[in-house]
Amino acid sequence: MKKYKCNVCGYVYDPEVGDPSQNIPPGTPFEQLPDSWTCPVCGASKDDFSPEE
Amino acid sequence: MKAVKVKENFYWVGAIDWNVRNFHGYSTFRGTTYNAYLLIDEKVVLFDTVKHGFEEELLKRISSVIGPERIDYLVINHIEPDHAGGFAKIVDVIKPEKIFLTKNARLGILAHFHKEDYPFEEVKTGTSVKVGKRTLTFIETPMIHWPDSMMTYIPEERILVSQDAFGAHYATSQRFDDEVDECELIQEARKYYANIVYPYSPQVNKLLKTVKDMNLQIEMICPDHGVIWRKNPEKIVSLYERWSSFTCDPKVLILYDTMWKSTEKMAYAVMEGVFEEGVPVKMCKLSVTDWTELMADVLEARGLVLGSPTLNNGLLPTVSGFLTYMKGLRPRGKVGAAFGSYGWSGEAVKLLNQYLQEIQAEIVHEGIKAKYVPDEKVLFECMELGKAVARKVKELCSA
Ligand SMILES: Cc1cc2nc3c(=O)[nH]c(=O)nc-3n(C[C@H](O)[C@H](O)[C@H](O)COP(=O)(O)O)c2cc1C
Ligand SMILES: [Fe+2]
Ligand SMILES: [Fe+2]
Ligand SMILES: [Zn+2]
Repeated sequence: MKKYKCNVCGYVYDPEVGDPSQNIPPGTPFEQLPDSWTCPVCGASKDDFSPEE
Repeated sequence: MKAVKVKENFYWVGAIDWNVRNFHGYSTFRGTTYNAYLLIDEKVVLFDTVKHGFEEELLKRISSVIGPERIDYLVINHIEPDHAGGFAKIVDVIKPEKIFLTKNARLGILAHFHKEDYPFEEVKTGTSVKVGKRTLTFIETPMIHWPDSMMTYIPEERILVSQDAFGAHYATSQRFDDEVDECELIQEARKYYANIVYPYSPQVNKLLKTVKDMNLQIEMICPDHGVIWRKNPEKIVSLYERWSSFTCDPKVLILYDTMWKSTEKMAYAVMEGVFEEGVPVKMCKLSVTDWTELMADVLEARGLVLGSPTLNNGLLPTVSGFLTYMKGLRPRGKVGAAFGSYGWSGEAVKLLNQYLQEIQAEIVHEGIKAKYVPDEKVLFECMELGKAVARKVKELCSA
């Protein structure tokens, strides 16, 4: 599963970790995050993320 | 208005805003400064500009050292208008050969000035630029304070130009930490952290670790507000370590407001309980308390007890307003509980508990609602609530 990086603040979404602050369980691929999910650091939306090289 | 020499060939050339009292909602009771720095080497470098309206002061101070048009490089560490508001005007005067900034800063400058034909050169963490005998090394610090933020380290001088980080809204004629009252300075640095940096504590924590790992030797920290840390830069770094790791004092704040004084009676009973457990406690009636001053207390206190009567099925706006502000600053590691008087529907305590949940506080009591005027029994329960909070606070602070 690919990691995705926030273009605004540099936070990296790691699917193996998920995002406990928004009840996203470990193992959730980025593509399956709900559209309402936002960057836990800066609040940017999903569109502001790019796959990490 | 002259430059102040910081080290050989390195000057403070900023502006002092003595009389600002409301800085984007932040109560700046001691005014502030917009710091800019000038480095003279084979290349002449200006670090940051100033707020719009202070450009003349900046140019005068630069002119006391060197003609502003002799500046070759401009470093934009942060694009917020208090530092880059003067960007367009200053660039017109100094006509720099290069402007160093992060990618986010370039996009941000564009979204402020809507003009692109500047000699921008994007930099990343680790990018180094030789300017003669000295080197500029850039460190991106996204969200400390904005997405564009970075710091510049000059290894040969062991100077860190840190933009908003390690700053304080504190206007003084003196430029160094050892020349001002230490208590005032630390209080303003604390208030600055609580109102500006607090939400990004995890990032600060990581940055401090990175700086340690990079083994950066830091002799002086030059922030964009307040004084330069030259006598004791470790002091402010260790405070940032404390605050960013949510270390608190065994202390309880009672944040409340009241219409007919019933909730206030409950607040005083809670206070008695906390005090009986031997824990320092402070009463803060939100209708007469400055929010940004209060945040400095919130930063340091382990316990937060919230009180509000029910007004039109909700909280008093003085309470909900402060809690909305506080929630955005993401305090963590708190112990909390709630109380309030009501007449018929009584939603306030439930709503206060929601705020406590949102800041991930450990709630040690389900909360106390008193119908109209609290009787002795309710006041006794309020005291017990205060004791429960105090005991938890002691336990966590001694762990
Ligand atoms: C302390 C502070 C915090 C901010 N937080 C955010 C934020 O979380 N998200 C955002 O999109 N913009 C944030 N901003 C940026 C402002 O929304 C932006 O500067 C805006 O252009 C200000 O509009 P105004 O000129 O009407 O005040 C913040 C600005 C400041 C000063
Ligand atoms: Fe800022
Ligand atoms: Fe600033
Ligand atoms: Zn982000």
